Amino acid sequence: MTVKVEEKLFENRYRVDEGRAHIAIRAPEICRDRCETPSCTWCCPAACYTKAEDGSVILSTDGCLECGTCRLLCSEHDNVEWSYPRGGYGVLYKFG
Amino acid sequence: MAEKFDAIVVGAGPSGNTAAYLMAKAGMKVLQLERGEYPGSKNVQGAIMYADALEAVIPNCRRQAPFERAVLEQRMWLMDERSHVGSHFRGTVDADEQPTRYTVIRANMDKWLSGKAQDAGVLLICETTVVDLLKKGERVVGVRTDRARGDVFADVVVLADGVNSLVATKAGLRPRVKAQDVALAVKEMHFLPRHTIEERFNISGNDGVVVEMLGKITKGMVGTGFLYTNRESISLGIGCMVEDFKASGVSPYQLLEELKSHPSVRPLIAGSEVKEYSAHLIPEGGYNAIPTVHGDGWLICGDSGGFVNSVHREGSNLAMTTGRMAAETIIGLRDKGRDYTAANLKSYRRALEQSFVMKDLKKYRDVPEILHGNRQFLTTYPELLTRAAHTMLKVDGVDKLTKEKEIKRDFVARRSRFGLFGDAIKLMRALR
Repeated sequence: MTVKVEEKLFENRYRVDEGRAHIAIRAPEICRDRCETPSCTWCCPAACYTKAEDGSVILSTDGCLECGTCRLLCSEHDNVEWSYPRGGYGVLYKFG
Repeated sequence: MAEKFDAIVVGAGPSGNTAAYLMAKAGMKVLQLERGEYPGSKNVQGAIMYADALEAVIPNCRRQAPFERAVLEQRMWLMDERSHVGSHFRGTVDADEQPTRYTVIRANMDKWLSGKAQDAGVLLICETTVVDLLKKGERVVGVRTDRARGDVFADVVVLADGVNSLVATKAGLRPRVKAQDVALAVKEMHFLPRHTIEERFNISGNDGVVVEMLGKITKGMVGTGFLYTNRESISLGIGCMVEDFKASGVSPYQLLEELKSHPSVRPLIAGSEVKEYSAHLIPEGGYNAIPTVHGDGWLICGDSGGFVNSVHREGSNLAMTTGRMAAETIIGLRDKGRDYTAANLKSYRRALEQSFVMKDLKKYRDVPEILHGNRQFLTTYPELLTRAAHTMLKVDGVDKLTKEKEIKRDFVARRSRFGLFGDAIKLMRALR
């Protein structure tokens, strides 16, 4: 069963802070060369992390649900710089 | 904003709103900071609210809180791939019994309780993220926000900033939350006409049904699924420990989609319109994972302190109770003219220890570890039990004694006699 996460995220409200991503990959080469289990690419509930052909991990925070999972996953390499979005930005839950 | 307050509360969820409300009601000058557009816009819960914890704060809450449905019926399902065995508890024992559990839509709940806090005099500032604590030596003296000139000072800071507990972690007041101590849950809001929900669940008026699900739906990971009826929607979700997701290679949305297509669930949500998809971490490390919850000039409450009883799926009541006890501790010290030092704030911890909060967490302190090391409870047993029910109920000319023997053989083959005995002991020890 393939699941289209984008369709799920489409139902949500967001106020994207253009050009100011609240999560960043500290050193892309660590993901590419040293991470053998890029669990962010399957654990992120918004599929913000995808694996590129050359093995690097691409992060797009626009659909982020601000759960904090990726921050905890990356304990071995500590390669995720994680903070909450600026006040007022990010996901805006209607129901929660 | 270089203004000084009696207290600053970080976060406008159940624990923060409770603490802020009670302190303002006691005459304190309270600033509450919330990063969302409005209280609730960043918050996610199943969600069940507990009248007992809320009543301790808002005495006539049942008449005014935005409850969705009173939980009349609780179902527990042990699930195999295509079937389930389960138990129901429905009804009341006494005729005039008040319900104690209500389904809620979290955004409505947070807005309502925050309104109470604001009416009591709390200054709430939304769209403001607290990025750090301000310290003078070891003493917390205020917070730094992401606004221009965003430092604010107070005599005491209540950290109710949620499960990630970023502020306390960054300030070095507690270690980072660990992947083995939190579950990741995803949820969808399925909207259906009110009468459709009432017909499907055999309910009327404000009565509701909650279904807790265990078994193969989590693919061997420690976790549960849930289905809660709201007035015009169904909250459907599933969550598992983060370290299990990490090891399994399974995506949370994959689990949710498979749960939605399970033959026991699919007909209940048929024809619904999904209006939101959310994700949230739940602190499930239990008693052993509770950090230090007080220090010089600060207290932690709610999810930020790991206050969730994962066995009973209780959280919002622990959040409200810890928020209330934090406020009562602070008010008590103020009344006696005593400072908010770590030594004086220790009475917060004592109050927690004497309440159901710590007593319940202590009771189940071994459960996380036992489940972690004994996946058979989530995989083998649901399968054995559904198969046993299937075997006994199938009318195929085989006599019942033979069927019984077949079931016994099945259990012994999968777990051995020693294994079955050991599992029974483990389960009893975990839940005693």
